[in-house]
Amino acid sequence: MKNQNIVIVSIAVLAGMLLAVWGMFAVGANMPRGVTEFSHTAYDLHMLILWICVVIGVLVFGAMFVSIIMHRKSNGVEAARFTHNTKAEIAWTTIPILILVMMTVPATRGLILMETSEGAAMDIQITGYQWKWKYEYLDTGVSFISSLARDSNVARQLNSGIDPNTVDNYLLEVDHPLVVPTNTKIRLLMTSGDVIHSWWVPELGWKRDAIPGMINTAWTEISEPGTYRGQCAELCGKDHGFMPVVVIAKPKAEFEQWLAQQPGYQAAEDLASMAANTIADKQATADKQADDQPEVALVN
Amino acid sequence: MSTHSTATIAQDHVHDDHHGAPKGLLRWVFTTNHKDIGTLYLVFSLLMFLVGGGMAMIIRAELFQPGLQLVNPEFFNQMTTMHALVMIFGAVMPAFVGLANWMIPMMIGAPDMALPRMNNWSFWILPFAFTMLLSTLFMPSGGPASGWTLYPPLSLQTGNSFAFVIFAIHMLGISSIMGAINVIATILNMRAPGMTLLRMPVFVWTWLITAFLLIAVMPVLAGAVTMLLTDRFFDTSFFNAAGGGDPVMFQHIFWFFGHPEVYIMILPAFGIISEVIPTFARKPLFGYTAMVYATASIALLSFIVWAHHMFTVGMPLGAELFFMYATMVIAVPTGVKIFNWVSTMWRGSMTFETPMLFALAFVILFTIGGFSGLMLAVVPADFQYHDTYFVVAHFHYVLVTGAVFGIMAAVYYWLPKWTGNMYNERLGKIHFWWSVISVNVLFFPQHYLGLAGMPRRIPDYAVQFADYNMISSVGGFAFGLAQLLFAFIVWQCARGGVKATAQVWEGARGLEWTLPSPAPYHTFEEPPTIDDSMVAHGDTAH
Repeated sequence: MKNQNIVIVSIAVLAGMLLAVWGMFAVGANMPRGVTEFSHTAYDLHMLILWICVVIGVLVFGAMFVSIIMHRKSNGVEAARFTHNTKAEIAWTTIPILILVMMTVPATRGLILMETSEGAAMDIQITGYQWKWKYEYLDTGVSFISSLARDSNVARQLNSGIDPNTVDNYLLEVDHPLVVPTNTKIRLLMTSGDVIHSWWVPELGWKRDAIPGMINTAWTEISEPGTYRGQCAELCGKDHGFMPVVVIAKPKAEFEQWLAQQPGYQAAEDLASMAANTIADKQATADKQADDQPEVALVN
Repeated sequence: MSTHSTATIAQDHVHDDHHGAPKGLLRWVFTTNHKDIGTLYLVFSLLMFLVGGGMAMIIRAELFQPGLQLVNPEFFNQMTTMHALVMIFGAVMPAFVGLANWMIPMMIGAPDMALPRMNNWSFWILPFAFTMLLSTLFMPSGGPASGWTLYPPLSLQTGNSFAFVIFAIHMLGISSIMGAINVIATILNMRAPGMTLLRMPVFVWTWLITAFLLIAVMPVLAGAVTMLLTDRFFDTSFFNAAGGGDPVMFQHIFWFFGHPEVYIMILPAFGIISEVIPTFARKPLFGYTAMVYATASIALLSFIVWAHHMFTVGMPLGAELFFMYATMVIAVPTGVKIFNWVSTMWRGSMTFETPMLFALAFVILFTIGGFSGLMLAVVPADFQYHDTYFVVAHFHYVLVTGAVFGIMAAVYYWLPKWTGNMYNERLGKIHFWWSVISVNVLFFPQHYLGLAGMPRRIPDYAVQFADYNMISSVGGFAFGLAQLLFAFIVWQCARGGVKATAQVWEGARGLEWTLPSPAPYHTFEEPPTIDDSMVAHGDTAH
């Protein structure tokens, strides 16, 4: 009997601990609220579903512990024989359905927000490679490779003898960060040159896979200037842990200034006329080929 | 009593195999006895649990602090991959098949499994398959390092050891399918007269449904890995975009197998918990029929939710919405099961022996894993959670404190029936408390790590993740050590101890408890007479 009391007290203590820790989500290490409309949506949904789970957990575990404390043999309780309770069974089937239906409304709205990339003011193509990222500012001629910063790379070698705590932004620093304007809807086109990677910056609120042979679309609109760090999130080989993402968001004017200074930069008008010429050339060549070999085309 | 008839029959026959267990090593090689094969499966599973656990210890030791101290990233990735393959296919699945072998014939009043020779074969494939799988770690190109999900194109970068990995997976699949056929044939054909389907113990029900899941999805896995094999060695382009293939198609096929596979690893545990809780609450299972239907619903739903493992691959909005809704629906039948277990305890007369403690921990901790699963179903939030330690925490809550705790509850529950001896209750309780505390220290902080932004499958991490990783590693070492104690308790109980009665537990109901402890080598050679009081915890009214 004494042993059983100890057991029960221990279970209660454990449950209390678990609930306390669970509740710490709200104040402790948690999902960042982020700096985009979508990251706020993700955060709000996360907190909503978390609290729903906490409430259900308190009710279910509470009932269980009441039962464990009261309905035990050492208290001299005789077991009841009931095996059904239609009202209760209907309640605990329908109430969860209602809660879930309620959850789908904001979740669906959030998802539609994320999947609507129309009306973007600029396009950036992101290509994953083992183990670095390539960023191309479409229609500007600017592109560069972004890989792990040198001091992190030295420190992360097996038995390097360097304390990671002494390295600034250990494993979360790159040589060439992605620079983007704030308050601008940016469409991000993702692909890969080798295996599947996943581009993720928690503060932006989402990750999306970069897949060879496929172009994935995502978008973001950052509201606050700052430096935002993330990592590749899809296992991509031995250095998967060492291909960070760093995004620097600058006010629009500063960004334009920065972009114009990049090697290879060409103003949009120049590029447009170049592109028009190229297309005209290609069309001319294609027409010529078609004229030369009409039979082949027919046979094919 | 049936044991009486066993003795009579034994005298009438001249064949050795009716005189009880043959002696020596060959007994185990050639055995067609369901109890021997069950023991083989369970011992093998325990061995693999310790091997896979050893790999987990390497992973947690490397992650103990930031920086690389012990292993290089290639080997780290081999460890995460192998840990998963060994634990899923070597520890959890064989443990359930072992329990099915031991218990299903004894629970439905059958003399043995329906297909005893195939039973022998399906076990003996396993040691060879795992020898081959583990040997890849010592090959020049190293073992598989692309995660157990084997996503191409990365998995196609594996060296020549890849062929051995694929072949091992094929063998494991064949073994599982044969085991599943055997379970279905046994349950559908060999029940004692009067043991109607809706009188079967819930453990038998969950295994019947699991077996159908196995037969449905193991061939899908076989197809997927065969396509990987030909892509890797014979220049096909199933998953190679440059050759007109599609890497995402692999993920769809894999998870069409993978999601039912997840339930293959939890449904039999649901069955175990549905046996243990009524026994120690001394009260019939609440809502037996609801439990059966809930299990069947979960199994059916498992076929239409696979893409929730791949919300970030860039699916159309409509597909994302469908898989989100379908996934959320699973919470309903799963909730019914949890509520039924709690209602079974309600106004019972409970005692807290080790199997009950594991069952109670299962209900709480599996529910926590279910909660994080529900969170993961919400797609906009999943865009953040996906491929982080939050996911690692989630599936370890459902697999370790779910499936593994279920298996441990089963082992403590039926060990006296298998060995004829009571295990050491004091050590069992120590094992329980040590495990349940350390497993939470191990996995709970991983939720925070994931939310704070730590991706999974990385050998090294930014310094802001250091504290939680260290706590998690300490929990990991403690949990690993506790399992050595578990192995000792099982070994000690097999060697001897206080003799168990036939009934073993005061509240136990079911045919297996009408047999003496240890259960004789041959049981129910003549079908038992089914008495309502020993069926489905005394509730035949449903």
